[in-house]
Amino acid sequence: MTNDADVLQIDNLQTSFFIDGSEIKAVDGVSLNIPKGKTVGIVGESGSGKSITSMSVMRLIRNPGRIKGGSIHFNGEDLLQKTEKNMQNIRGNKISMIFQEPMTSLNPVYTVGQQISEVLQIHQNLSKKEALSKSVEMLELVGIPSPNDRVKQYPHELSGGMRQRVMIAIALACNPELLIADEPTTALDVTIQAQILELMNGLRKELGMSVILITHDLGVVAETCDYVAVMYAGQIVEYADVHTLFNNPKHPYTVGLMQSLPRHDMDQEELNVIEGNVPKPGEMPEGCRFAPRCPFASDICTRELPDLMETEDGNQVRCWVYSEKWDGDPEVNVKDDYKTARSQ
Amino acid sequence: MTTKLLEVNNLKQYFPIKGGVFGRTVNHVKAVDDVSFYVNEGETLSIVGESGCGKSTTGRAVLRLDEPTEGDIQFNGENLLDLNKNDMRKKRKDMQIIFQDPYASINPRQTVRQVLEEAMAIQDVVPKADRVDKMMELLDTVGLGSHQLDRFPHEFSGGQRQRVGIARALAVDPKFIICDESVSALDVSIQAQVLNLLKNLQEQYNLTYLFIAHDLGVVRHISDRVAVMYLGRVVEIGEKEEIFDNPKHPYTKSLLSAIPVPDPSHKQERIVLKGDVPSPIDPPPGCRFHTRCPFATEKCRDETPELRKTETMTGTHEAACHYMEDIEAGRHKAAY
Repeated sequence: MTNDADVLQIDNLQTSFFIDGSEIKAVDGVSLNIPKGKTVGIVGESGSGKSITSMSVMRLIRNPGRIKGGSIHFNGEDLLQKTEKNMQNIRGNKISMIFQEPMTSLNPVYTVGQQISEVLQIHQNLSKKEALSKSVEMLELVGIPSPNDRVKQYPHELSGGMRQRVMIAIALACNPELLIADEPTTALDVTIQAQILELMNGLRKELGMSVILITHDLGVVAETCDYVAVMYAGQIVEYADVHTLFNNPKHPYTVGLMQSLPRHDMDQEELNVIEGNVPKPGEMPEGCRFAPRCPFASDICTRELPDLMETEDGNQVRCWVYSEKWDGDPEVNVKDDYKTARSQ
Repeated sequence: MTTKLLEVNNLKQYFPIKGGVFGRTVNHVKAVDDVSFYVNEGETLSIVGESGCGKSTTGRAVLRLDEPTEGDIQFNGENLLDLNKNDMRKKRKDMQIIFQDPYASINPRQTVRQVLEEAMAIQDVVPKADRVDKMMELLDTVGLGSHQLDRFPHEFSGGQRQRVGIARALAVDPKFIICDESVSALDVSIQAQVLNLLKNLQEQYNLTYLFIAHDLGVVRHISDRVAVMYLGRVVEIGEKEEIFDNPKHPYTKSLLSAIPVPDPSHKQERIVLKGDVPSPIDPPPGCRFHTRCPFATEKCRDETPELRKTETMTGTHEAACHYMEDIEAGRHKAAY
């Protein structure tokens, strides 16, 4: 299963939370490979398990949560077998993470310079002085003007976009092989988001790292990712390269998501909604988890959970429509028929 | 014949900054600085802009949730700023607001029944005996189902809670609703449901919306006309087709170009702005956008441009830039 071209291989990851004696399967059997130098997007709505997947990779799951099963190979080594001390050497060094809210992820009582230096002093054994001058370089790299002054400032003295740049500087200080960005631009205004995405794209190419980009914004995905995994209720429901996914979405959830998106670059009469709500984690439906909201759901969908299967266009999709066991309308075309199926 | 339901003229909203030992006012945050617009009956005007541009403050000032510093606000031919507190409260029967955060804007200790009952009791709109029927009807209208009447807010999901907020606003039969980032906190699939609901309600009850949002996709979908704000000023206003397909102000253009398009084969030329929005405490003189504008000159620093119309603009489209014609004709080039 190991492939030299993949930096990270997540195999059948299961992460659950144990609350009041019941088990909530936040991530249920996720397998995902991250090719070297590429950006893989994980898209999904709140509660789909996209953030828990990335937290699991970093081994940041705390009680009452637990990684129950599966493996996460990073450069051939299983992260789940590492001791906490070994993990500390990897976190922030080989694998870094950027979070959504830069204000809460930065420490308000330390200067920007101290916070970047800390990483360098711990992981690269630089002296305080060396670390500080490297910090200035990092700030310059992420496009912060007058880095010599900024390095002495506190987070509250910076704007939201600047703070996110500092977070990126910290994350990239040790030249990581893998960067996990969890909704890195969600809290930012669009003009600032454009700056940050451009910066991340440029740095990825320059430094040759791989990126996992977690987001709910399909526009951001289309623009920055090479591959995309769509998550729903703790599972990947569709995986494809970005062009295939946007040109030929196969899973009814992916199709519904795309058609419910209001576009600023074209007019739409009525938005095509996905009826209902995401199932509560404790009350997962038997069978396909999307079946209760799916306009195409047939008998088998309510009975059995489909596996991820390969289609001829190269998508991997978790949907009975594309299997031999499909017992609904054999002529169905999910992408074209979504609207008519929904109104019936 | 369209009639103006709301007309705002030269609205200013300054917030004092207290400082020093004696807590004197040392400066002002000029959140909204000389803004004028109108909303026709039955239409949706959206105000868009980035954080801190004053779009929410404008909405709050219209309802007098904050007391405006200057200007006048005509609603149905009556100046709202002349009303005393009591009359203003009565006026709010016609003017409602739906907030962004459905978790924070509904009392967690009240059931849906109490939330709706309170709204109707304050404005005394429906005879007591008919209120329960009206509540049931409201819940059906917003797609919740009348059996949910005795539930508490925590029993609902985010989208459902926003529907409760909508039901509360509708409870008093308003003419005019301000939607302040009403769908921003919702997931895409739920957002679409609520947007469709708002649109249907508008047709059904002939509602007028002032829609405040930062998501331009949402705005294009729901609006008839759009006003773009930057640092307390309206920089461009007009029919939505004009704003989206024929933008004139450099800020509007860069804002539109910054939005990622959900289509990987789409390659657009992006105008990436330098720097951040300046502080509204000490806004730049002249055109407020000049510090980030690639086309800015001396003139932009010295003279404040007024909203005006050029030959290539149609309808009520207006923008505030000295160089619209020159940029369009290619006579004036971007500096970066």
